Amino acid sequence: MTTTEMVTAMRLSGAAAGSYRAHLDQLGPLPDVPAHRLIAMTSDAGLTGRGGAAFPTGRKLASVSEHGRAVVVANGAEGEPASSKDRALLGQAPHLVLDGLALAARAVGATSAYLYAPADLLDGKIRTALKERRDAVKVRTVASADTFISGQESAVVSAINGYEALPASQPPPVYQRGVGGRPTLVQNVETLAHLALLARYGVDWFRQVGSHEEPGTRLVTVSGAVRSPGVYEIPGGTALGDLIDHAGSGAEPLQALLIGGYHGGWVPWTDRTAALPHTRAALGRYDAAPGAGVVIALGAGHCGLRAGADIAAYLAGQSARQCGPCLNGLPAVAGHLNNLAAGRAGSKTVHELERIVGLVEGRGACNHPDGTARLVRSTMRTFAAEVDLHLAGRCSAGPLRPRGGRR
Amino acid sequence: MSTRISIDWTRCDGRGLCHELLPELLTADDWGYPLSRNGDPSPRVPAPLREHAEQAVLDCPRLALRLIDAPDAQEVPLTRVMGAPARHSRR
Repeated sequence: MTTTEMVTAMRLSGAAAGSYRAHLDQLGPLPDVPAHRLIAMTSDAGLTGRGGAAFPTGRKLASVSEHGRAVVVANGAEGEPASSKDRALLGQAPHLVLDGLALAARAVGATSAYLYAPADLLDGKIRTALKERRDAVKVRTVASADTFISGQESAVVSAINGYEALPASQPPPVYQRGVGGRPTLVQNVETLAHLALLARYGVDWFRQVGSHEEPGTRLVTVSGAVRSPGVYEIPGGTALGDLIDHAGSGAEPLQALLIGGYHGGWVPWTDRTAALPHTRAALGRYDAAPGAGVVIALGAGHCGLRAGADIAAYLAGQSARQCGPCLNGLPAVAGHLNNLAAGRAGSKTVHELERIVGLVEGRGACNHPDGTARLVRSTMRTFAAEVDLHLAGRCSAGPLRPRGGRR
Repeated sequence: MSTRISIDWTRCDGRGLCHELLPELLTADDWGYPLSRNGDPSPRVPAPLREHAEQAVLDCPRLALRLIDAPDAQEVPLTRVMGAPARHSRR
């Protein structure tokens, strides 16, 4: 990664912090782009959702705009513990997000707008920012729940409707019936911030950075065994090695990256994978995807099974407890994986673990069981050699330790 | 198009009526929740089982079952490519 490329990647992260005036001085007012043009620009730019699902934003805008009397929601819940990019963005550039929300409202013809984010952010910078603005559609704020699934689209709608932030069984999808029964656009706050810049500078500018497949920039949260963990803005399709270099490179020799968050997949760390671009296509063979931009580096001195087991235990505890297979299956899966990581399991446990993972997939109202299954399968596959060692009562990272005994 | 049975997992409590009425399509998992025999989370309902499936929908005490009409993945390209009328579901 050359210096110039790093500078051109400063889009969201280069936005002025502070007052609305400073924001307007830097970027100028929101251009008066008509709705159909905004939707077309968003599609042409190839902007995708940055909350995890990477759904094409233009298509989402178009489907909500068809239904009329829509509601728009800026989603800053960020329930993923390893992600802090939405918090960083809302804290540093709230006006960029609110600009994007205003544009999204215009694009879909919305008459109501919401910002759904952690209470401490709403009470601080967001409240100040909202007071400074005069948006055509007034923005109401709703505090997000502090749970892993609180940002799932239908859970967001449920919370705004005054219920618990729990995923709903679909159909109908929220773009047909969401907040107050109205068609609802739920868009991640980073996606909206990109929209605010795209509307100002245009499609060609947007595509100047990033790859054909992943145009523009994206925020990533890098944590784990790197020297400078944090939130970074990278061009789409940046090589994994460059991404790790942005975060100060490995604090120790690395063995794998968990990409896409707790519902993501492990990519073994080698010279070859360090050259892989951070794209859906390249990561797909590891059953991983950029997702919400989470990258967790696992040092060579740590046990991958233990890391996977701790995450699985967390995810099992984050079941919304609505759907039987998730409620019953995830704790069983997490228990078996923990026993395996602790060296207390035989090959029967491995078979049982794989069987129960199969029982949770595709059998829930939301993707929590599927995402957890993906993480567990990826852990078993990536650390297959470690599985064999543990079955023999050993661990390459040192003495076997029970759950919570890391370090 | 084919008819499929869809389970609302937020409603389902694992009462077990559905897999008793539709043993050809459903069995019970470790915890008593309906489990598709062919691994498809929303299995196709063949015509001879249609009546039983409708009965299961009506009888579910949790109102957790629905019959949905979904395009058959294999049929769509065939129809488009060959310009032929949609084939009937395999029976």
